[in-house]
Amino acid sequence: MPSSSVEEPRRDDGSGEGTRVKIYKSPKGLQEEKAKTTSNLPYLLLLLLLLLHPSTLPLLHFKLAAIGLSVNLARERPSFQALPRKAAVPLRVSSSMATEVMEEKGQAFDSRKAEALVRDLRSRFEDGRTRSYEWRVFQLKAIARMVKEREKDILGALMTDLSKPELEAFVTEISLTKSACKKAISELKAWMKPEKVKTSIITFPSSAEIVSEPFGVVLIISTWNFPFLLSLDPLIGAISAGNAVVLKPSESAPATSSLLTKLLEEYVDGSAVRVVEGAVPETTALLEQRWDKILYTGSGRVARIVMAAAAKHLTPVILELGGKCPAIVDSNVDLEVAAKRLMGGKWTCNNGQACIAVDHIITPKSFAPKLIEALRAGVEEFFGKNPTESQDMSRVVNRYHFARLAKLMDEDGVSEKIVFGGERDEGKLRIAPTVLLDVPGDSQIMQEEIFGPLLPIVTVDKVEDGIALVNSRPKPLAAYLFTKNDLLKQQFVQRVSAGGMLINDTVLHLTVPGLPFGGVGESGMGSYHGKFSFDAFSHKKAVLSRGFVGEINTRYPPYTPKKQRLLKALIGGNIIGIILALIGWNTKE
Amino acid sequence: MGEEVEESIDGLRQSFRTGRTRSVAWRKSQLGSIVRLVSENEEKIFSALYQDLGKHPVECYRDELGVVLKSAAYALRNLDKWVAPKKGNLPLLFFPARGQVIPEPLGVVLVISSWNFPISLALDPVIGAISAGNAVVLKPSELAPACSAFLAEHVPLYLDTKAVKVVEGGVDMGERLLRQRWDKIFFTGGPKGGQIVMSAAARYLTPVTLELGGKCPTILDTLSDAYDVKIMVKRIAGGKWGPCCGQACIGVDYILVERKFSATLIELLRRTIKKFYGENPQSSKSICRIVNRDHFERLKSMLKDPAVADSIKFGGSMDEEILFIEPTILLDPPLDSELMMSEIFGPLLPIITVDNIQESIEFINSRPKPLAIYAFTKNEAFKQRIIKETSSGSITFNDVMVQFVCDELPFGGVGQSGFGRYHGKYSFDTFSHEKAVMRRGFFPELEPRYPPWNDFKLRFIRLAYRFNYLGLLLLMLLSRR
Repeated sequence: MPSSSVEEPRRDDGSGEGTRVKIYKSPKGLQEEKAKTTSNLPYLLLLLLLLLHPSTLPLLHFKLAAIGLSVNLARERPSFQALPRKAAVPLRVSSSMATEVMEEKGQAFDSRKAEALVRDLRSRFEDGRTRSYEWRVFQLKAIARMVKEREKDILGALMTDLSKPELEAFVTEISLTKSACKKAISELKAWMKPEKVKTSIITFPSSAEIVSEPFGVVLIISTWNFPFLLSLDPLIGAISAGNAVVLKPSESAPATSSLLTKLLEEYVDGSAVRVVEGAVPETTALLEQRWDKILYTGSGRVARIVMAAAAKHLTPVILELGGKCPAIVDSNVDLEVAAKRLMGGKWTCNNGQACIAVDHIITPKSFAPKLIEALRAGVEEFFGKNPTESQDMSRVVNRYHFARLAKLMDEDGVSEKIVFGGERDEGKLRIAPTVLLDVPGDSQIMQEEIFGPLLPIVTVDKVEDGIALVNSRPKPLAAYLFTKNDLLKQQFVQRVSAGGMLINDTVLHLTVPGLPFGGVGESGMGSYHGKFSFDAFSHKKAVLSRGFVGEINTRYPPYTPKKQRLLKALIGGNIIGIILALIGWNTKE
Repeated sequence: MGEEVEESIDGLRQSFRTGRTRSVAWRKSQLGSIVRLVSENEEKIFSALYQDLGKHPVECYRDELGVVLKSAAYALRNLDKWVAPKKGNLPLLFFPARGQVIPEPLGVVLVISSWNFPISLALDPVIGAISAGNAVVLKPSELAPACSAFLAEHVPLYLDTKAVKVVEGGVDMGERLLRQRWDKIFFTGGPKGGQIVMSAAARYLTPVTLELGGKCPTILDTLSDAYDVKIMVKRIAGGKWGPCCGQACIGVDYILVERKFSATLIELLRRTIKKFYGENPQSSKSICRIVNRDHFERLKSMLKDPAVADSIKFGGSMDEEILFIEPTILLDPPLDSELMMSEIFGPLLPIITVDNIQESIEFINSRPKPLAIYAFTKNEAFKQRIIKETSSGSITFNDVMVQFVCDELPFGGVGQSGFGRYHGKYSFDTFSHEKAVMRRGFFPELEPRYPPWNDFKLRFIRLAYRFNYLGLLLLMLLSRR
């Protein structure tokens, strides 16, 4: 398994830490990688066979469902006892807390400190430390080890910040971080290799390549909804590309923020990777500095501030924002599966507090009642009769967001549209899965990104009308479609613009390292994940090499009509023209 | 212009919404029209460029028309390949599923071009924008008025007026355009303009590509072969005074050379200048003039500093009437002078001497990242050091400026020299959004994805994330008991 190399990292891998860059892949390394992939093959084939065999398909489905159900009935959670539930713990208002802590230590982070930090990292970057393959891989392995060894701590912090169910946290935060790390470790050599490109007749003879080089000192500003993943996933990209990094985790997930500070200090090279905790003042101090790249995850409002600050230093930015991600549901779908996948993209996805969560559903009027029934049944199956008590769902992050969501629900003309749900518990910051049918189009809930467990269903006469409806709004980060109609799929892909789109499922495209993840228009710019992360933090330097032979005097003054003819022929790639011009054949005069 | 600009942008947005610009046929016909626009109006373009910059037709063809024709032809040849969706590999766990990356146009884009190559730096990005299926507004530089007028008059005659517009104007118009919502802004110019463009773009979260400049250094290693030295000097002279008389973002800004070689180099450059431009360069038709009085004054003031004036080894004469400055060579001017602190963008060539040529790497690294680095050397180890230890938009060994015409190489800066890149496929990518599309069926459905959570599901997901398919099988089979 490729994983083995991650599971047992060796400390001594860092022995070559200070040595110079070794970009070119050795043939031995190649063979090793090949061997790794081939060892996977038999299992792949086996499962493929099983999956492909028509008779086993429904069986597998049934089998899994059966197991899920049986364990469900038993309702035993042996391995979950270890973690105490902390949802009832009084909430801390994070920003003030973070500042308090800092002031207590007498080290408020201001512009002066930020400047010193960047200067420090820049000199670390300039001495070449972060550039070597060995350094990068050593850090990545350390992160992989950190995630493995400190899983309990991480899950605990996520529980404190968001009451995130352990399994959900494992799926969306731990595993995705691990696999991003693993992918980077196994492919880094190939990514770092200069890419050879063809050269044209104009520069003949010459050779050309594109070299990936680190930008320098980069800033990652992360967010609270997936506070671990959205901090480490970009960090992995930045380190893979050989940059020195400052990570600013979100103050709205304080437990994860302080854990990240502690863990990264312990596991990775603190001279080139730093964490700065804090809220607005700290972020402002950071944004005043000159960075070589900024990756920001969060809201469009703050993104504008980040981009305007970056403009002062001409710093390129990646903005990972959100948007109202629609799901169009056709009437010809497998209802139960579709409903579950929709719920999977809403209430089991940090309770809708995700940038790619389903924001609202668009479905034909005639189909809406069936879909609502399926969702109602699904919610009961997933979270029981009393969802606000369920431990299988994250809570709302803080009082501010709770109040915002409550206001969305309570708006006149909206509250009476609630089909089911609507229960809330302000003390525990819990809101039940809530479905609303045909709320007014100009209500606040249909204007802003919901980012919570409220799910409006918008009905249309024909499912095709959904496309125009989606296009009438700003471009979302993700657009979903459930249908068996191939023509509709094709129209959807061609006519809807979104960061990414997924047909007949939700959220999964985020987990695929082969696909770029990023927005367009209001949902942001730039993308990452897998190789795209490496590219996002690398400058692609064009390198052209020429010799001294093959000099064409046409390039140089004094300019003559003959030179003009020759140039024309050269640029046009017209070989005969070149020869004619060279021997002095005069076609015009 | 009045209300027209805002209205015409609305018009473009509507055309874009109808899908007019998306079809490959439309894109190809427009690219073909650009080829015709340039080739049918050669003489007019030559004369416009002569009026604005005193460019000789050969230079026009080499740096402007030729570049546009080549880019358009390359785009036409490769467009079908570019628009095709790329496959994204998916883990088997999601089987059956299909992952694709589909390039789609961004919408209505703004191209702001500069005056030094007023035709190619205007039309080259437009080729990219059209290839990617966008509607475009082009704002040519008001500092090259004849070329700007030519484009404003002729683009509507050849290109689809419903999707491609030229808006003429100065700073006011630029600001007015920047207040609008765009889906992409492509800017060629100076760092100050870049800051203004990006700040304005932040308002609508518009992605930008900034093509700026910088002081592009040229490292000259001591070459032993007399032939090589001859070629080297020719290429440097050609790269400094050839394209627009040094008024080029990738032009040679200054030279780094070992002290012992500097006298020979100056002598060789002097001879080459004589050969290129004759005894009296002022009367040569083969060299451009300075674009306008402002820039003339800027260059003149660079030479005013007595310490700089003392370092002039050749040239230095100027004629304010015809905005001419002679090719000028300076030896070791003060490093804190304006000449060595800002981009020269003119025919002045400082030569900076070092004891050992290897020191040039530190020299370059102590300054903002340039758009290009040139190095003449046959020392492979030195080449590798330059590649690995310096940072710049591009590096060219043993030649200057030719990287600009390589369609396979990305062209763009880093740090102070800008960000984003274009040329060839990169132009297409710059004006496209890469949309990730994943398709699934409804079977098989993996129940462990969903709550209520339990231990089996945790084990299942652990294995699934490791893509441990055997483990998964065993887990499923064993749990049945």
